[in-house]
Order: sequence, then structure tokens, then C-alpha cells
Amino acid sequence: MEATVSIPKPLTAKDFASDQEVRWCPGCGDYSILKQVQTVMPTLGIPRENFVLISGIGCSSRFPYYMNIYGMHSIHGRATAIASGLKATRPELSVWIVTGDGDSLSIGGNHVIHILRRNFDVNIMLFNNQIYGLTKGQYSPTSEEHKVTKSTPFGSIDHPFNPAALAMGADGSFVARTMDRDPKHLQDMLKRAHAHKGTSFLEIYQNCNIFNDGAFEIYTDKGTKAEETLFMEQGKPLIFGAQKNKGIKIDGLKPVVVSLTDGYSPDDLWVHDEQDFYKAQMLTRFFDDPHGEQHLPRPFGVFYDISRPTYEDVMVQQIIEAKAKKPADLDALLAGKETWTIAE
Amino acid sequence: MNTDSVQQLDDVVIKFAGDSGDGMQLTGSQFTNNTALLGIDLSTFPDFPAEIRAPQGTLPGVSGFQLHFSSNRIYTAGDSCDVLVAMNAAALKTNLKSLKKGGAIIANADGFDVKNLRLANYPEGENPLEDGLLQDYNVHVIDITKMTREVLKDSPLGMKEKDRAKNMFVLGFLYWMYDRDMESTISFLNTKFSKAADILESNLNVLKAGYHFGETTEAFGSRYHISKARMEPGRYRSITGNTALAYGLIAASQQSGLPLFLGSYPITPASDILHELSKHKNFGVRTFQAEDEIAGISSAIGASYGGQMGITTTSGPGMALKSEAMGLAVMLEIPLLIMDIQRGGPSTGLPTKTEQSDLLQAYYGRNGECPMPVVAACTPSDCFNTVFEAFRISVQHMTPVIFLSDGYLANGAEPWHFPNSAELPKIKVNFKPARENEEELFQPYVRDENLVRAWAIPGTKGLEHRIGGLEKQHITGNVSYDPENHQLMVKIRQEKVDKIADDIPLQTIDHGPESGKVLVLGWGSTYGAIKSAVNELLADGFSVAHAHLRYLRPFPKNLGTILKNYEKVLIPEMNNGQLIKIIRDQFLTDATGYNKIMGIPMTKQELVVKIRELL
Repeated sequence: MEATVSIPKPLTAKDFASDQEVRWCPGCGDYSILKQVQTVMPTLGIPRENFVLISGIGCSSRFPYYMNIYGMHSIHGRATAIASGLKATRPELSVWIVTGDGDSLSIGGNHVIHILRRNFDVNIMLFNNQIYGLTKGQYSPTSEEHKVTKSTPFGSIDHPFNPAALAMGADGSFVARTMDRDPKHLQDMLKRAHAHKGTSFLEIYQNCNIFNDGAFEIYTDKGTKAEETLFMEQGKPLIFGAQKNKGIKIDGLKPVVVSLTDGYSPDDLWVHDEQDFYKAQMLTRFFDDPHGEQHLPRPFGVFYDISRPTYEDVMVQQIIEAKAKKPADLDALLAGKETWTIAE
Repeated sequence: MNTDSVQQLDDVVIKFAGDSGDGMQLTGSQFTNNTALLGIDLSTFPDFPAEIRAPQGTLPGVSGFQLHFSSNRIYTAGDSCDVLVAMNAAALKTNLKSLKKGGAIIANADGFDVKNLRLANYPEGENPLEDGLLQDYNVHVIDITKMTREVLKDSPLGMKEKDRAKNMFVLGFLYWMYDRDMESTISFLNTKFSKAADILESNLNVLKAGYHFGETTEAFGSRYHISKARMEPGRYRSITGNTALAYGLIAASQQSGLPLFLGSYPITPASDILHELSKHKNFGVRTFQAEDEIAGISSAIGASYGGQMGITTTSGPGMALKSEAMGLAVMLEIPLLIMDIQRGGPSTGLPTKTEQSDLLQAYYGRNGECPMPVVAACTPSDCFNTVFEAFRISVQHMTPVIFLSDGYLANGAEPWHFPNSAELPKIKVNFKPARENEEELFQPYVRDENLVRAWAIPGTKGLEHRIGGLEKQHITGNVSYDPENHQLMVKIRQEKVDKIADDIPLQTIDHGPESGKVLVLGWGSTYGAIKSAVNELLADGFSVAHAHLRYLRPFPKNLGTILKNYEKVLIPEMNNGQLIKIIRDQFLTDATGYNKIMGIPMTKQELVVKIRELL
């Protein structure tokens, strides 16, 4: 009899969609992100049962319900902490975190900086819409100053976080930015986040069309996108503009925009290097108000990608070494070093 | 010359008291180990300030270690002391009230100089050692500092380091006084200072000098000898509550095959559990010092979700921070252990002092209808058995469980007739197996006859599912806002915890008649004091019994019947009356409370007085 080998049929995006009806507001940027995640995950060569998605609270945190993988919709701000415990105990799983600007930078800010420094091999997808959506429109820790919202009728006094710079400050080993309205770039960034071993911090500009519509329009609109965005590519000079005629040059310690039609050539420009900590620090600081004069473009892509040991690998190594050095002996443990015997 | 007569004693309580830098905890624990190795029964009560080094010589800086040892079985660290070692004036002032009339004071002369007297707030010109204020006591003033310096006059150590050895002089002297061999401490010092030859030598020399001082001085006519206690035959060791707790977790991990994950944030008096567990990586123990209390429990939830035993250790304030996450664990219906080593509250309260004031927090301190099983240990070594039970209940009933201990149990030591691993029961774990045929959707909230759902861990083929903190639809686990479903799920979660009563032993009477005049109902660390008091009253012919609860939620099924078998029920607690509220609520028992909220353990004598009022 001939041996039959059953080849499992390759999984598709459909296999990663759950039976639950998606309940985000029509037009929400989350739909695009969901679609890209469902498209990318089947291509990563990981059995579906090894994917786990942990979320906190907020609109974005409903995400796990719509994915046919293991998922936990946890409590506000704690997804990163829960994921840390899961990854520490089950390093073989592919652990993804879905969080928002309020969930990860306000109530859960503490856990985010600590997961970054510890470098668990997980992927954080931070949906940044610069507003609290689920609670119906209060300002968030990424909302711009003076923003008028339900809780700031006279304008917000808070100075906003710059999430990518914060991640660099916490010694994140992978820091990137993308946007909901550029599916191809989003897919590329998801793949890069997955490929990175260590905590991947991926900020995704996501439009909340109900409470903060158009917050990132200047970066996504066809008319302005090319002039206002800078797509970083490893080993390539930083060039942008509709005519690809502008570039970033380092002038001393300061980045400046130069015109390639004005005597500068690509050889004069800053060449992107994802392993250069100082350059990555500077790039994350390209955070100007796009309406200001002489502002720098907003960078998208991978700012920083370096390799350093993950928490769980070192933890497992310590256990392996401890076991080799001293095999587990419960009776020896319970007796300790000093015992005495009471005779019959 | 020394008469060297050795007098037999049954029972002694010594308190070592000094400045927190004087090494009293070390002196006390060394004397404890030496006592334990002789088969003498013992119980200890370390009592130290929250400040690591409060200003030297001041009253808040006093650190004490009380040791009760006896040739009879004993259950407490003793109501009052026979011997008080006072390294300075502040130590004397703070502890004199706990010394029996006629008791011995061993005072370090140097600790009673003008500066120390002033720091201890004695009036100008008054010295208790000289002014006849201690007439009721047997006072021995020894110039410990001076003699320590004399012994070490040729040592290359600096003066400060030399003075640090003076606790060894005290220890050596007491070894002489209680007719001991010093080998246990000599071997301890050899290990501890194996890499510091000068310090090792100075400690050994001062230890021996203390012993020889006792031998050669004429001031102390008599030495004392305490015989072995009549204890159950077997092998013993000395153990503290926090160590027993850590060992109980490791034992349960071994007996279940579930590796341990501890997510914890340091907090007094629970930190020693983190320290202990972090040593045992060879048992596969993973310890994670989290960024805060919330991350501690959250990471433990992540570990339990992944199929290991998630544990978090804390004390009252940390417990409060964990409340929301505990609610999540109740919704997820996964195993999880929350260890609350209680201390004085509210707020930061009395970090190093003992109290039983988190029972209501454990019972009710969460948003929504959020029932969780609660168990409590009653002696240091009982932490082992009780945590083993907590582990079993958590795994077999898929529920977070709260384990209550307190500062007194955590740091107190007693002899432990430790089990052989072969005697320990196995804990069965059922992970939901993988499914090849995925025609039907996996339904995570299908329950068995005990209302327990399956533990379906990530990585298992065919069981992909979503869970979370939102209300679940019965059976499917999908999000549900349906009114009937919510009521049903609240009732199911309650019934699931109630049903654990079918899976725990019936309540027993620890001591005394099955029915009678007074039942003393206790929980937690008051066990020893209640037992001692009830024993004394029973010996005097009174109709009194003692029952002690390990299972606080749910209660054993026969508790209501037991309560009805006595005319009166007394509930002593180190809080303002918490168990008594729950007992009244569940059984309508008109119990009487006895509440001590002083940050110190109950004494036998105060309980005897209180119980007699009811007899």
C-alpha cells in the first residue's frame, strides 16, 4: 500500500477571522488593521494555535474577538504585563499585543516601558488615534496641546507623548511607525515586527472617524502625503517629496531639509541605519507640528532594530543551568541542612 | 569559681533586644537553631522596626527576637519573658513591660551611657541600672562592648567592625547559661564568613569569650538545662511561615507537574517568599520581579493562561492594587494563587507588625459579584499544608484562590515534622486535549458536574478561542449583554465556589468537648494562643472547646452545626471583628468578639481572662 502524506492546506486570511460580527464604527481605521493582520499572519509559517493576541481595554482592544486564534481581552492597561507572564512561561508562542494610546501610554504606561527594557519577544501594535474613543471623546496622552474635547472644553493643557521617542527612551529594541491607510506599508511593518526577536513596538496611526476624524490626514491624504511623510528604508538616503527632490542632511547635530535641486545630491544626505541608536533617537524626534513653518516631515518605517537577549531566553537558560547543576530533589529541599530526629 | 550547677527547667522565654544594627535577629535565630537541633519544642516571634536603620539608640530603632522553648509542647512565642537581653537603654525601655516580675535582665553596660540614656528618653541623670528602678528583676550588667573590644585588641579590624561582633558575646554567654554546645553556630560562621578570615576569626573569638565569661565569672551561680520535648517521633527541622509557604508551592508543583511562575513586587512581610522561590530554579520555578503589584498579578494571570501555575505574593496594600486583576481571573476562570501576608493597616499602616485585617478584603474587596475561595494557615509550618490545599483547589476548580497568612506566621519559626515526598498526594491536572476534527466550534465555558470549565491552553490545536473580562455567554464564552445570561453567570460563578465545600474536609474540634458551654472559633495565627488558653481551661475543668478554620470560603459544610453545639461562641481576631461579621451573616450566630489590634500577637493569658468571662 502506498503511504499517503496529507499536506495541510495552507491557511488564508479567512481562517484567521472569527465567527464574531465586527462591531467597530463604520469607517474606523481598525478595519484596515484587522484585515492586514488577518492577511499577514497566515504567511508567517506558524501554526494557527500558536498565535496569541492579548489586548487591554479600548476600541482597539476588541481586536482579539475578531481573530480566530487564542486571544484574551484583558483589563485596562495590563495587556503588556499579562503577555510578559505568558511569554516567560511559553516562549514558543507568537504573542501579539493590541493596545491603544490611552491603554498603553496612560493607564498602562508603566508596563509598556518595562516590557521594552526587558525585551520579551512579543509584538506590540499600538493603535494611536490621539483620542479616547470607547469613552466617547476625551483627550488622550497623545492628543495635541490646546485640543478641545469633551473633557477639555477650554483646550487641553497636557503636553503629549511622542510614543516612538518614549519607546527609544525605554531602550526598545525595535521601534517602527506605520498607518492604517497604507495597507502595503502596514503589512510590511507587521512582518518586520514579527521577524524581530525582542519586543517590537509598532505605532500605527489610526483614524477615529467619530471623535478625531482626520487627525493624520496630512500624512495620508494624496495631496499632502508625499510632502509631509518620510519613508525610511535601510541603507538608503532620507529622501521625500512628491518629486523625490527633498532630503534630510545632518548639519552638525541638527537634521535639516535640503533641496536636491539646489546643489545637493543624494550623497550628501543622511543614510538610514536601523542599527544606529543616535540616528534613531533623532528620527523619532521628527515630531513637528506639520502646520508649522520649516517643519521636518513625519517618518514612517523602522526607526530602530537591534538584537539583544530576550528576557525569556535568559530565564530559560538560567533554569537549564540550575537543573544541570543541582537536580530537583524535593526531599532534600524539605529536609534542609539541619534536622533532628525524635525517636519512638 | 563557677559552681557549675545545672538546674532543670521546663519552659523559658528569652527576648533578645537591641538596636536594629546590633544583630539581634541573627543572635535569636542562631539560638533558635541550636535549640531546635536538641529536639526542644520552640516558637519564635521576631519583632523589628519598619526602618532598616532608625537612628541608633532610639526607641523606634529597637529590634527584638522572642524565643519560647520548652520540654513540653508549646504553641506560642510566650506571653511574657523570663530573660531580657537589653543591648541598650532603648531596648530595655521598650521591652521591660513584657518581662515577668523576677525575670532576668542581661544588660550591656555600654548601651546605658549618657548618650544612650538620653536617646531612650530617660530623664536627665537617671539610669535604670543604677537607680533601683529594677528591684523586681534579677539584673546582670555586663560590659559587653568593652570585653568584645578587649578580645579583639589585636585584630586588624576597625573599631566599628569589632563592635559588630558583640552580639556573638551575648550568644556565647547564653550558650553557657543554657548548657549548650556551640557547634551549630561555629559551623554557621565558618560558612558565612568563609571568604573573610578576619571577620570569621573575630566572631569565633568573641563567641567563645562570651561562653568563657559565663564559666569564669561568679555572678551567675547557675546554668539551666531544658530537656527534649515529648514530640511525635520522626525527623524535624525548624521552619518559618514564609519558607514553609515557598516549599508548599514547590511541593504542589512537583506533585501536579505544573511549573510555578511567581509574579511579585517586593512588600513587607511577603518579600521572603520571592527571595526563597527565586533560589529554586532547579525545580523549574520562574520568578518575575514585576514593576508593580498589578504587573505582578497580571503576569501571573498570563502564566496561568499559558498552562503554568501563576502565583502572586503580597500584603494588604498590594492586595488592594491587585483587586481588578483578581476580578479578571474570576471571569476567566483560570487557576491562580494570591498570597496575602497580612500586616497592620489601613494604608501603609504597620508594615512590620502582624494583623488579620484583610479577611473582609479577601472576601469582598472586588468590584461586582466576585467570589473567590479563601484559605488561611494557622502556624508557620501549616503554611506548607494550607498552600498545598490552595494549589489543589485552584487547579481542580479552575479558580483563583486567596491564601492568608500574616507577619507573625511569616517570620515566626517552629519545629516542623516535615513530610516525605512519597506521602504527599498527587494533584491531577486536566488540560483539554487537541482536536483534529474542527467541525464543531470549541466552547470554552462548557462545565462539568462541579461547574468547572476546561483548561484550554494556547498552543493546543483546535481549541482556539477568545476570553476576557466582559461578561461571557454561558457555554460559548462569547461576549454577552443579555440580562438573563448575566444573572445566570453570576449565580453559576457563586455556585461553583460554593461547591468546593463538597471537596474539603469537614471542620473538626481541635481540642475540647463536641458540645458545651463555650466554643472558641479562630482562624490564622491566633491558633497557638487559643489552643494554649483552651488547654489551660480544660485542665481546670471548664467546658470549653477550640475550633480553628483553615477553609474560610466556602466554610466546611458542618460549621453551622458545630456552632449550634455550644451555648456561646467566642471569636478572637487580630482585627476589629471580621470573621465574626461573616459568621453572623451566614449562620445568624450571636457570637462574641475579642479583638486585639495592636500589631502584636494575642497572649494566652488575655484569652483565658476573656473566655472565663463567658463561662
